[in-house]
Amino acid sequence: MAKEEKHSVIGHPMPRVDARAKVTGRAKYAADIELPDMLWGKIKRSPYAHARILNIDTSKAERLPGVKAVTTGKDFGGFRWGWIGTTRDEEPLAVTKVRYMYEGVAAVAAIDEDIAEEACELIEVEYEPLPGLFDPFEAMKEGALLVHEDRPGNITTEYHWNFGDVEKAFAESYLVREDNFKTPRMAKGYIEPPAIVAYWPDTDHLTVWIAKGSPYFPYRILARCFNLPLNKVRVIQPFIGADFGGTKNDMVNGDFAAPMLAKKTGKPVKIVYTQFEELATCLRRHPVWITIKTGVTKDGILNAIQTRLVADGGAYTRMSPLSLYLMGCCMTLPYKLPNFKTDAYCIFTNNPSSAAMRGHGIYHTRFAADVQMDMIAEELGIDPVEIRLRNAIENPEPGEIYHTVNKLTVGSCGVKECIEKVAQAINWQERKEAEKIDGYLAHGVGVAAGAYLSGARLTGHNAAAAVVRICEDGTVNLLTGASDVGQGSDTIMSAIVAEVLGLELKDVEIKRVDTDYTPADPGSFGSRVTVYAGDATKRAAEDAKRQLLKFAAKEFGIKPEAMDIKDKKAFVKADHSKSIPWLKLVKLACYTTPGNVIIGKGVSTRGVGQVPNWETGEEDVGANYSFTAEANEVEVDLETGVVKCTDNSVIAHDCGFPLNPPAVETQVQGGAYHQGVAAALYEEFKMDNGLTTNPNLVDYTRPRAYEAPMTKVIHVITNDPFGPFGAKEASEGSCCTAPPAVINAIHDATGIWIKELPAQPEKVFWALKQL
Amino acid sequence: MNGELKELKLTINGKPYELKVKPQALLVDVLRKNLRLTGTKQGCLTSSCGACTIVIDGKAVKSCSILALQANGHEVTTIEGLADGDKLHPIQEAFIEHGAVECGFCTPGRVMSAKALLDENPNPTREEIREAMQSNLCADEGYVKYIEAVEIVVKKTQGGS
Repeated sequence: MAKEEKHSVIGHPMPRVDARAKVTGRAKYAADIELPDMLWGKIKRSPYAHARILNIDTSKAERLPGVKAVTTGKDFGGFRWGWIGTTRDEEPLAVTKVRYMYEGVAAVAAIDEDIAEEACELIEVEYEPLPGLFDPFEAMKEGALLVHEDRPGNITTEYHWNFGDVEKAFAESYLVREDNFKTPRMAKGYIEPPAIVAYWPDTDHLTVWIAKGSPYFPYRILARCFNLPLNKVRVIQPFIGADFGGTKNDMVNGDFAAPMLAKKTGKPVKIVYTQFEELATCLRRHPVWITIKTGVTKDGILNAIQTRLVADGGAYTRMSPLSLYLMGCCMTLPYKLPNFKTDAYCIFTNNPSSAAMRGHGIYHTRFAADVQMDMIAEELGIDPVEIRLRNAIENPEPGEIYHTVNKLTVGSCGVKECIEKVAQAINWQERKEAEKIDGYLAHGVGVAAGAYLSGARLTGHNAAAAVVRICEDGTVNLLTGASDVGQGSDTIMSAIVAEVLGLELKDVEIKRVDTDYTPADPGSFGSRVTVYAGDATKRAAEDAKRQLLKFAAKEFGIKPEAMDIKDKKAFVKADHSKSIPWLKLVKLACYTTPGNVIIGKGVSTRGVGQVPNWETGEEDVGANYSFTAEANEVEVDLETGVVKCTDNSVIAHDCGFPLNPPAVETQVQGGAYHQGVAAALYEEFKMDNGLTTNPNLVDYTRPRAYEAPMTKVIHVITNDPFGPFGAKEASEGSCCTAPPAVINAIHDATGIWIKELPAQPEKVFWALKQL
Repeated sequence: MNGELKELKLTINGKPYELKVKPQALLVDVLRKNLRLTGTKQGCLTSSCGACTIVIDGKAVKSCSILALQANGHEVTTIEGLADGDKLHPIQEAFIEHGAVECGFCTPGRVMSAKALLDENPNPTREEIREAMQSNLCADEGYVKYIEAVEIVVKKTQGGS
């Protein structure tokens, strides 16, 4: 409480600044944008997962009345793109070869969507079908055909790291266990499919509205694609119908086709993907095969972990290098681990590409490690909560730092408190001892703990900036390059400005990203917005405050440092009775001859500095680290195998300091549920030789309101030294603890171990039969 | 493929409309494209996500699941028709106040499902709320605060009467 009192705005519950626009339907998403003379575009897609393109004949499509332009990959002059300079392996539309089912090969612009679709049918493409690779283990075999001719062994990326001495540690261990786990292909899950509206206000100036959580990705990629200087590419960000990584950071065929068709026709072109296109062709979570070997002492203390990971990266590299990096580097959190070795491979196949997804990387390995921890606890006769408490990293004393064996810097760690609090909230002891089976239903409880990075530290343009403009009527405009994709960052950024300038939330107006005006920013990924853009925003507000205080100080004939601003007043720190109201101060600053324009600027370089060493797996991958523990109760139907997560479900999250507590709660509940419990129990793409057989929201089962647990959230406050106002991330970490907690709970209820997610009824049913 | 345009007469948010539409046009397309009522979102076109939920004659209906012509002569309410000028509907207010809104893409559909529920049953149990809201998929927020927000509306309106 004492901490909250210090702040007037942050730390208190606030309604979101954009909620009114959203509940009234006024918020415009990319598909809602409409311009005069606008055309509709559609993508022509390949019916083969792997084939050479011999010829594309567009003449019939071009002759269809209403068609205004057709484009193929050849129009892009050999342009290739990728996540970073060394991974440019993908074309806007495939030119010589398609590498996954329904890859785009051409596109049409027409006066309406139906005509565009009909024209796509009229495009004749001659293919030479090739055998496909759909299993990464087949693709790794000596002599396997190649998805990319210049990528031997079909290896997208690989890591081999070694910290300490695992062999020695295993030899000294009381118990060594090796298990295999698997995580499935999973949809990103946002309801808004990809959409773009592109137009060229002049022949050398491109403007797009695009459904991307990281608008500076398309800004850079489209500039290179169309050979434009950056100051001639304008990306305007509409509201975003959620972004969980992957497609909404990265590009899709339509994001290139719409600007090309707009260029050809001189008219605006809109392309809105269907949910089928989204689910069948867009990026999904990597399926990963995990072998994990763990050695512990008789008391269950971790001595060493060794992992071997094989991930199916699909047809193109995308951001797999980062995904695999994250799967490895955070094994050393949230438990003390002195020895760790990993060999990780991401493999090209002819499946749709895999990429980042909320809980990026860490979700896979935390699932394996935290389920195995329960297996170990059972073998040793130790309670699951107790074994976690014994291994959990302690919260460092203020000013002290805990370093992991791979040199991650932990300035605050509330994982012990998280574990203790969830155990208490779920009545752990009582539930563990309760009768498990009642007729055809079995009940059980499970616990898991985890950690997540705030702010992926990467090379390239990773700094963030903000501009705070003081209007002469005392209101404030805020510009940042950061994107609110639903996580609530527009509210947080505005609140930070209000806090620093002693204003109310309503006095600050944040502008959505427009690359013509807002400062460059990497985007919303890697849980980076609050820590980096928040830091930049705080600095910008402080800069504006410094400028204003010069005018205030002059009035009292003292130094600006001797004054502060709070509750809409600038006051002398030593004598609060000497003060100037905010509005008077602003007018003074704006109108005093020779007058001034108050613009505060702030840059955060926290994400730049020391970046991870990709060769050795060392150094910080985030600015700081959040910690989580989750306990879930499940109800297993022993006759059908249906598992339900009950309302006795609780998650404790250490986000350092919750800047907007209800927003942290929704983020954590959402993460724990949609990408957590849903990952544990429901979601999986089914594949048949590269074809996604359930590309719709009926057959691809996602949980609904009637089966959702009313998850309780506990805030654990640790005031991190490296985050703005002590904050750390609050979203992705919550996705990583639900799968192991739910699987452990199923074991507690029934005695079965589900090692391959998700625990769908059929899998549970057959596992129960084999007991 | 494209048949002759057909006449469509209906009431939307209390206003009568007369327009000509393709016979195969879905109601969601007519609302969004012909009438520019883009508050109704289009998510899946397979009647499974609920983002396009509107109210027809008091019932929550997914507007991608019916043809526009099937709404001929009926009374339609969309999200644009819920607030009374600047004064929001209690459901909208509760969603804001309780922090139930995240990305907001499914929000209009959910507000409309809640409206249909509360108009028919002003005092639903939590289970009835869960049942009524099951046709609206959410991706980011976990349903908890939406369910609680509807309960807050129930409590307020029941307390006031």
